[in-house]
Amino acid sequence: MTLAELNTGQMAIVSEIRVGRHGQGLSNRLEAMGMITNKLVTVLRKAGLGGPLHVRIGLTTEVAIRRAEAKMVGIQLLDVAE
Amino acid sequence: MICHTGTVSSSKSSAIRRVALIGQPNTGKSTFFNRVTGATAFVGNWPGITVDLYQANVQINGETIEFVDLPGIYDLHGFSEDEKVVQQFLQSFPIDLGVIIINASQIDRQIRLPLQFRDLGLPSVILLNMADEARRYGIEIDTDLLGQRLGIPICLISAKYGKGYTNAYLEIARTLTVDRPACLLNANDLEKSRQIPPAEIEFLLAETVRMPSRIRRNLTAKIDHFILHPLFGLPIFFAGMFALFSIVWNLGLPSQGFMDSLTSWIQGNLLEPLGQSLPEIVRDFLINGLWGGVATVASFIPLIMLFFILMAVLEDSGYLSRSAYLMDALMARLGLDGRSFVLQIMGFGCNVPALMGTRVMRSRAARLLTMLMIPFALCSARLQVFVFIIAAVFPNGNGAIVLFSLYLLSFAVALGTAALFQGVLKNEEPFVLELPPYRFPTPRQVFLRAWGEVQQFLTRASRYIILGCVAIWFLTNLPLGATGLDTWGGQIGQWFSPIMKPIGINPYLTLSLIFGFIAKEVVVGAFAVIYGLNSDTAILAEVGRTVTFIQGYSFCIFCLLYTPCLTTIVTIYKEAKSWKFTLFSLGLSLGIAWLASFIFYQSALLVIAHR
Repeated sequence: MTLAELNTGQMAIVSEIRVGRHGQGLSNRLEAMGMITNKLVTVLRKAGLGGPLHVRIGLTTEVAIRRAEAKMVGIQLLDVAE
Repeated sequence: MICHTGTVSSSKSSAIRRVALIGQPNTGKSTFFNRVTGATAFVGNWPGITVDLYQANVQINGETIEFVDLPGIYDLHGFSEDEKVVQQFLQSFPIDLGVIIINASQIDRQIRLPLQFRDLGLPSVILLNMADEARRYGIEIDTDLLGQRLGIPICLISAKYGKGYTNAYLEIARTLTVDRPACLLNANDLEKSRQIPPAEIEFLLAETVRMPSRIRRNLTAKIDHFILHPLFGLPIFFAGMFALFSIVWNLGLPSQGFMDSLTSWIQGNLLEPLGQSLPEIVRDFLINGLWGGVATVASFIPLIMLFFILMAVLEDSGYLSRSAYLMDALMARLGLDGRSFVLQIMGFGCNVPALMGTRVMRSRAARLLTMLMIPFALCSARLQVFVFIIAAVFPNGNGAIVLFSLYLLSFAVALGTAALFQGVLKNEEPFVLELPPYRFPTPRQVFLRAWGEVQQFLTRASRYIILGCVAIWFLTNLPLGATGLDTWGGQIGQWFSPIMKPIGINPYLTLSLIFGFIAKEVVVGAFAVIYGLNSDTAILAEVGRTVTFIQGYSFCIFCLLYTPCLTTIVTIYKEAKSWKFTLFSLGLSLGIAWLASFIFYQSALLVIAHR
């Protein structure tokens, strides 16, 4: 499952960052933003018309990420809903 | 790690020592820089560096130390333009100390940067900023223990409210007393320096930083609930943009008028009496050429100030990044993000500050693409020309529709340009944008930003603008004694007539467009000189008599789409730092202007002929 498929309000932990068309660049950036293996991620909301996702990484970082980039983030669902 | 082995080109003892400010975006790095350096900062000259870097001299231990504010980076090995600039900088200019600013509440991820720095052997001091915000999240940091483990001194500060500065200053001063050669990296160092394994960070933070298990729903979440609402988010955004536009319109434009009356007062009461004894041609040159240039520059000052006050509030509050989130679905199709939209809207007030504002976009491709669009925004100066032409050639009260159609055309051409060139100026950066918590911008911060931009505008653009105004004066006043179409400018107007005739623009109007190259405000005034008439009513009547309404509309289209003004061109050059791009932008707008006028004028002629 990827971050792009996560429903609003659901929590998950990051399992892998896939290498896509941005190569190592995207995973470097995501890592610097705190998106590393075993980190908690929550989708706070999704913009309309296929727009980006508003994602909380860990507790204190929030980012806007396009769905194409969110597909590069592999996740594992956590059962607890917020 | 050449810094310790002494293979660096250690700077001579007489050279000024250098401190580089480093940190991720949104950590308050520039706020700290502004606090430390006050209004003394200036854009330095760094050969080989493609973005502007602010620098200032600060007295520490009785020694003059150079502070440089490097662009915000996520990673020392990153791929973005800013990250490449920092890599380039560290490889080109030796530094004596890195001051690394970290947002305390995000220490768990931002700690990587000082670790990478340490691995490279660069001496550094860590400043933990926004300690108050971290406390609100319930994050506790044992700075002493963390500092010991890292082997890097750490200070808590609040850049915004100016707390903890004495400590930070003392720590920086203390670290600088250690005598060691300045550090210059080479490409191998950067390549070799490893990525920081998450386990190392975990170990480091285990006993030193306590994060809460979960956080309370804070004010930012509550505000976002409305402002980023899937349904209401966009309407709120558009309402906000409208408000912004109204402020630029209702405050900015009168301020420009105020500056104009100030410069004409000086002209009327000081310069003209003083120049009485001079020959007429010299007096005219000094007043209408040279002083005209000065007045043009002056008229932009309050507008740039106001624009950047608004921009700083938008940016510092955290709303600008959110606008990127809101508009992304639409703008991504054009290879842009929502911030270009905000700038485009502000361009309707005045193109110049909007172009300067593109610096908030950190991808060069997206920035250039936005800079290509902005000059098509129907700015207030062009509006004056349209109002005049509409009054002259559309006397039947359809003016509003005509004007509205020009606004639509402006939007369509801007978006079309983006669509056309997004393949060339391809934005390769992935879209992952931080949405910082909402913060109150402090007046000091906002003012310093606006003042800095005005200073930059004055130092960079004023020379070129005054020079341009002088050149145009020569074109329109020589040979001596000539007026109207007999001047060099007028001859150029006639010379262009094979090109301008198919779009319905006569040599008189062509000459006014040459005047309009300085600024569109000049066009209407130029009619008086060109037609040799003095009263507005007489000019209106003359234009109405000699120009049909389809010629008038064609003139409006051309005026809308060709180069907005000299200041815009200079600003494009100064921002893009490329003549090629500037000439391309200039050529593109002239080409589109001619083509659009041609299509309109010829089809209108066809329609009339077949009726």
